[in-house]
Amino acid sequence: MNLQIEDSVLVKDYIKGDEKSLEILIKRHNQRISSFIYSKVLDRDITEDIFQDTFIKVIRTLKKGSYSEEGKFLPWVMRIAHNLIIDHFRKNKRMPMFEGSDDFNIFSVISDDKLNAEKQIIKNQIDSDLKILIEELPEDQKEVLLMRIYKDMSFKEISENTGVSINTALGRMRYALINMRKIIEKHNIVLTN
Amino acid sequence: MEKIYSKEQKNTCGLAKSSTETVQFLLNYSKSLNVTNYKEMQFESILN
Repeated sequence: MNLQIEDSVLVKDYIKGDEKSLEILIKRHNQRISSFIYSKVLDRDITEDIFQDTFIKVIRTLKKGSYSEEGKFLPWVMRIAHNLIIDHFRKNKRMPMFEGSDDFNIFSVISDDKLNAEKQIIKNQIDSDLKILIEELPEDQKEVLLMRIYKDMSFKEISENTGVSINTALGRMRYALINMRKIIEKHNIVLTN
Repeated sequence: MEKIYSKEQKNTCGLAKSSTETVQFLLNYSKSLNVTNYKEMQFESILN
């Protein structure tokens, strides 16, 4: 003989304050509700989340006394779960998630040109180190280097602005780079990204 | 291309069961939740 307390009795007992009744209800319907959710979302973790949210709603509704007992506890819980599944898909539609596989990674096709946070910090550090190094150069070399690298001027423009020939400007640029390399080697400075 | 676009077929008939941790969380949540009625208002509080 199977003596199983009906859901409606357990719900009434729970509303009266018997927490054990809730435990019986959850354990009784766990597999059925979880399987229903899983059949829609196909993800174990999301299933657990929706199952949890479903029963949080159930608990709150029962404790607030808003539930009207009509002997349909399970269909009611299933309806809550169903609505939460719809909410889950609506949320994902607004923010679709793409999962790559071992064979294909979406980020190998789509990427932005920006550096990641770590590389950006390193780049900023190198830029500031370079500024200090440039300050060490003789004034004429520094002037040519700044115009060429930071102002993106051609050697023709540099020669016009500084009043020296293009060859002299080229020579100053060459010596500027040689001198910077010397300073870097002398002080064992590591500039990498 | 086939590998990229063909969706992995998952078994949708599998039985699932939420973990004991989730069940325990719900039972603890239920024990801690307290609803107080005052006139026509309801107040929910979580008691630790």
